[in-house]
Amino acid sequence: MQRTVSRLMLGLILVCTLSAPAGFAQAPPASGAAPDAQARIATLEQQVSDARNAGDNAWMLVCAALVLMMTGPGLALFYGGLVRKKNVLATMMQSFILMAVVTVLWAFFGYSLVFHEGNRLIGGFGYLFLHGVGAAPDPDYAGTIPQQTFMVYQLMFAIITPALITGAFAERMKFKAMLLFMVLWSIFVYDPMAHMVWGKGGLLNASLGGAIPTLDFAGGTVVHVTSGVSALVCALYLGKRLGFPKEPIPPHSVVLSVIGACLLWVGWFGFNAGSALAAGSLATSAFVATHFGAAAAALGWSAAEWFNNGKASVLGAISGAVAGLVAITPAAGFVGPMSALAIGAIAGVVCYLMVTRVKSKFGYDDSLDAFGVHGAGGSLGAILTGVFAAQAINPIFKNSQGAATAVGLVDGHPGQVLNQLVGVAIAWVLAVVGTLVILKVVDWTVGLRVTEEQEVQGLDLSQHGEEGYNLEV
Amino acid sequence: MKKIEAIVQPSRFDAVKSALQEVGVEGMTVSEVRGHGRQKGHTEVYRGSEYTVDLLPKIKVEMVVPDARAASAVQAILRAAKTGKIGDGKIFVTTVDEAIRIRNEDRGETAL
Repeated sequence: MQRTVSRLMLGLILVCTLSAPAGFAQAPPASGAAPDAQARIATLEQQVSDARNAGDNAWMLVCAALVLMMTGPGLALFYGGLVRKKNVLATMMQSFILMAVVTVLWAFFGYSLVFHEGNRLIGGFGYLFLHGVGAAPDPDYAGTIPQQTFMVYQLMFAIITPALITGAFAERMKFKAMLLFMVLWSIFVYDPMAHMVWGKGGLLNASLGGAIPTLDFAGGTVVHVTSGVSALVCALYLGKRLGFPKEPIPPHSVVLSVIGACLLWVGWFGFNAGSALAAGSLATSAFVATHFGAAAAALGWSAAEWFNNGKASVLGAISGAVAGLVAITPAAGFVGPMSALAIGAIAGVVCYLMVTRVKSKFGYDDSLDAFGVHGAGGSLGAILTGVFAAQAINPIFKNSQGAATAVGLVDGHPGQVLNQLVGVAIAWVLAVVGTLVILKVVDWTVGLRVTEEQEVQGLDLSQHGEEGYNLEV
Repeated sequence: MKKIEAIVQPSRFDAVKSALQEVGVEGMTVSEVRGHGRQKGHTEVYRGSEYTVDLLPKIKVEMVVPDARAASAVQAILRAAKTGKIGDGKIFVTTVDEAIRIRNEDRGETAL
């Protein structure tokens, strides 16, 4: 059964590669206008527009790079440091390989399924193999940058989202199973959710007229709730690691995790501020909110831990920062700086309680706290977005006359909190149902978990034939 | 010839090394080890739950000395390593059957 599936997958990859049409070059613009006033003004207007677009495009390309950096090496280091030495490479590989796998899926049909018109739940196949995705902007999404920039920026989100889930099943999932799981998850959970929130005609799209407008600036629901909740499902389905919870399984290198967390913090400016899709004042506002949210959350978590344990751990401080970044993600372009501090502080404390009290109470082995930080932090942030979103920051809702109307609770629109709850609930349902089905399929075809022997030996050796550190003779 | 094996606190090792050099012990092998006697470990915190670390870092110093020097070497180690607290460590003395210098195949006490 397993060999048949492997051969089928290989055949499918070969067919897709051989049938993908070659890319096409962009023709240069016609030159040589007549030197009269009208023509010169037209040329000048074009140049001004080009300059403006150049600024936006430069910013967005940098943001795309920043978001990719969040996966590699940000998340790879953050997660890598938290596992035992014998699993460090396998853990980093789970993030790294997604940089490659998701890219191919996105190029073939992922981008199309999310951002092409379709129905309320999923997009269409009009952009298959990125046909029509070139230098011309798509004004519905981002009018001043090439659609190809928008596509590659969004790709980085599609990469990091499944990578976050790996934290839940760290140290016990087969590499082959993880690959298959991620391909299916990316197609059947991420693509529909991203389409609903960000795609044209999506059910939850707040800026393009969705029926239930859910405010999600940079992916609190799309990225963090889906991955975090899926992580919980995976942790429950796969079961606990050998020895958990009796034996302590401390990180082999909090040093690596600190470096990873800092790369995540810096990269997150690309994630949140870049979601403004232009280099204007909204990007600045989101940048500031992101940073403030991280700072307040690091302090919130550390304070809670200090109060509870008598000491503030370094792992706690960096986890707090990440929790704040997660929580501010849906809110970044909608809330002011002081609200960002509030959201961060709340997220720091709540996520601290999630990973210490709630996890130990229910006893699930969410190894690297993907649910506690991303699932819980993302849900919390999405709901608080409904509270703190202000039209003064981002007048996203307009009435029929085109005037800005109240956005969040602080504006006098408490109904937005309800919309946020609906969006979060949909994300939860999609994540739970989708992940359960996918886990069953993968378990049935390939088998999910490594053997006990392999788990004791370590994934680096058993799955990859390598050792992370060859420091001694 | 006697082999002296001393397991000491890492923080006392520099003093032990100096003391041994003062009494004329010229060769030693040092390794970083983990272990415990009756001393309890320390607690660390991970994700809010405390756990005990049983195996504590120590330094093991091994040396082979002529019979005549064994007593003064042991005294030197004791003076340098003792703090009076649990966890100070232990010294073991055993008899060595043969010692050989690899470079020139000297045997016995001249090899030390």
